[in-house]
Amino acid sequence: MSQLLIAAGDGENPLIPPIPELGIGLLAFVIVFGFLAKKLLPNINKVLEERREAIEGGIAKAEDLQTEAQSVLEQYKAQLAEARHEAARLRQEAQEQGATLIAEMRAEGQRQREEIIAAGHSQLEADRKAASQALRQDVGKLATDLAGKLVGESLEDHSRQSRVIDRFLEDLEEKAEATR
Amino acid sequence: MSADPTQVLAFETDCHIFADCGFAEVSPGLHSFLFQPLLGHQDDAIYFNKTMLLALLGSIIVIGFFWAAFRKPQVVPGKLQMVAEAGYDFIRRGVVYETIGKKEGEKYVPLVVSLFFFIWMMNIWSIVPVAQFPVTAIISYPAVLALIVYITWVVLTFKRQGFVGFFKNVTGYDKSLGAVLPLSMTIELFSNLLIRPFTHAVRLFANMFAGHTLLLLFTIASWYLLNSFGIAYAGVSFVMVLVMTAFELFVQALQAYVFVLLTCTYIQGALAEHH
Repeated sequence: MSQLLIAAGDGENPLIPPIPELGIGLLAFVIVFGFLAKKLLPNINKVLEERREAIEGGIAKAEDLQTEAQSVLEQYKAQLAEARHEAARLRQEAQEQGATLIAEMRAEGQRQREEIIAAGHSQLEADRKAASQALRQDVGKLATDLAGKLVGESLEDHSRQSRVIDRFLEDLEEKAEATR
Repeated sequence: MSADPTQVLAFETDCHIFADCGFAEVSPGLHSFLFQPLLGHQDDAIYFNKTMLLALLGSIIVIGFFWAAFRKPQVVPGKLQMVAEAGYDFIRRGVVYETIGKKEGEKYVPLVVSLFFFIWMMNIWSIVPVAQFPVTAIISYPAVLALIVYITWVVLTFKRQGFVGFFKNVTGYDKSLGAVLPLSMTIELFSNLLIRPFTHAVRLFANMFAGHTLLLLFTIASWYLLNSFGIAYAGVSFVMVLVMTAFELFVQALQAYVFVLLTCTYIQGALAEHH
């Protein structure tokens, strides 16, 4: 406290500004203000403005891209729907074609079967005719043979007669077995 | 008692408690704020001392920092530019645009930004090793800055409001006050025109002055107590040095901020239409 008083007594009031310090203070501040106001802050303001524009430009660009993407997506969807439609149409067509083909083939098969059956029938008829022809001849010949034999033997004896018939039948059987 | 320019420490180092040496012999006081000129003599019209050196160095540091950051600014900023931009933006948006408005305020951004960083740097000297003296604890520096703001304010008010407007603005003229009006006008006139620049400067000066005194007090006390039983107290005192240093770091930025905030408020008052 005493020193404070002494100092104050010396005229060293801390609230009275020393003049040279005022000058240097002004100079120091003017240097800072001059550099900042004339050169450095305009510099950075320009860049900040550029950055703002770049960001806004970027946003605009992004919006453009988004709308473009949207339109491309819609286009793609439309194409996809069209392709689906086309595929459905093709499938329908193929089904119809397949059905007609099957029907045609079925008709063809039917026709062929009928042809084969008809051919079989006529063959059978021919065979039957040939068989009956051959049979008739054989039966005639057999009847003639049998008659000859019967006539050759004495016809008075019934037991003999039956023996002849039996023998004839056995002969027939042998023949049949030999031919088998 | 004024410090010797060749002496680095602000006090005698061989004075301790219990050693026939009173604290009064080393305690900080007004003498702690006086410096023997490095060049010239105290009584000369022109001399050069430590605070002047620090003021000029501070200017160079502020300029150097912003020069490095903003000389060739990039749209995509580097680290330094980002830091500088953050500081610049804080003052521009947080102080100028907030108080004056974007449209009107743009013109005063360079002044306010310069003021803030200049004052902050001057304050920071307080805890920079070796320098360890807040330049703004010498009244001349805050006074010059407050004067610049004051002149700006007066000129601006005249320009905007004219002579009558200036008078009304300064006296806070308001008819609805009736009989109290003369009294209110007198008080306002004194307050705005005479006291305001003074308080503007002293607010900054006194804060830094007190801060420096406190730091000195605890630092010197730590050393002074470092003897015999005093060592325990010296530890406490040293902890206070650390706490006060951290606190000063905060006050330095705060006072710079308060100074520019008031600057903006004054400018805003000059621009505002008087009602």
